[in-house]
Amino acid sequence: MARLNVNPTRQEMARLKKRLKTAQRGHKLLKDMRDEMMMQFLELVRKNRALRTSVEQKLMRAHGSFVLAAASMSEESMAEALMCPRQTVSVDVDVKNIMSVNVPVFNFSTSGDSSDIYPYGFGFTSGELDNAVFSLGDVLTELLELAQMEKSAELMSDEIEKTRRRVNALEYVTIPDLQETIRYIKMKLEENERGNTTRLMKVKDMMLQEQLEASQAAREARLAQ
Amino acid sequence: MYKIGVIGDRDSVQGFTALGLTTFAVSDADEAKDILRSPEAAEYAVLFITEQLAAECEHAIALHRYNRTPAVILIPGKDGSLGIGLSNVGKRVEKAVGSNILGD
Repeated sequence: MARLNVNPTRQEMARLKKRLKTAQRGHKLLKDMRDEMMMQFLELVRKNRALRTSVEQKLMRAHGSFVLAAASMSEESMAEALMCPRQTVSVDVDVKNIMSVNVPVFNFSTSGDSSDIYPYGFGFTSGELDNAVFSLGDVLTELLELAQMEKSAELMSDEIEKTRRRVNALEYVTIPDLQETIRYIKMKLEENERGNTTRLMKVKDMMLQEQLEASQAAREARLAQ
Repeated sequence: MYKIGVIGDRDSVQGFTALGLTTFAVSDADEAKDILRSPEAAEYAVLFITEQLAAECEHAIALHRYNRTPAVILIPGKDGSLGIGLSNVGKRVEKAVGSNILGD
């Protein structure tokens, strides 16, 4: 651990102690935040995985029915039948706050007649196409839900990574550094204190010695008279 | 109001046209990249893109990685799923937790 480059003074120590306290409180808060975020994230991801599996299956089935439909119709007439949609789909994006991560919420609305989604007359198309369009329309809601989940999971994973790094940096770098520096300053101050005491004792000894010698000299001078 | 877009080859997206989504029938990955990079991409809340195309334009997709919209979501195209979408879910767990604890 590296000691911070500071002057070993009492004031500096007080400052560092304050910083240490803040760091420890921040560490605790961030750790709690990380744990909670992790919990919510894992729940989200589990749902996400299940939904994706089912959506992919349904989508593949829809693609399959389009292939069937294409087999019984000419390419042009199929393209023509699908070309002009009856309804348009638009999305409103709201923001939801999960542990201070802003994730989108998609509310989609269809304009037009939702009871009849087939944009073509039934005269010139095959029944397979109806099936295909229906099965695709069926997945649409789930697809949007999936989109929302995946985006949320993506944004949350970034945030969790950041928080995780912050927690680790505080736990393994900032806090130990501060503790070590504080200890260093304390030692240094104590050492100074001891040095001071020793010096005082020494000075006192010297002064006593001087006095002793002075009084001795005076006595000898008196005897010599 | 945002729109929903679907990018893919013609056969994969034509069904979505009928449902009223905006579709982009592209023939190669470069066209898909152009759509993802264009400023119009911001008008979409969700952009679905087939995995086959997505495999080739990762950088263009990463552009929208940190934004709330558009959400670029991989879907299997008509040729089936490549498993990229599902493995991305695992990757996210790995990024957040440090290792993939869901086990796949």
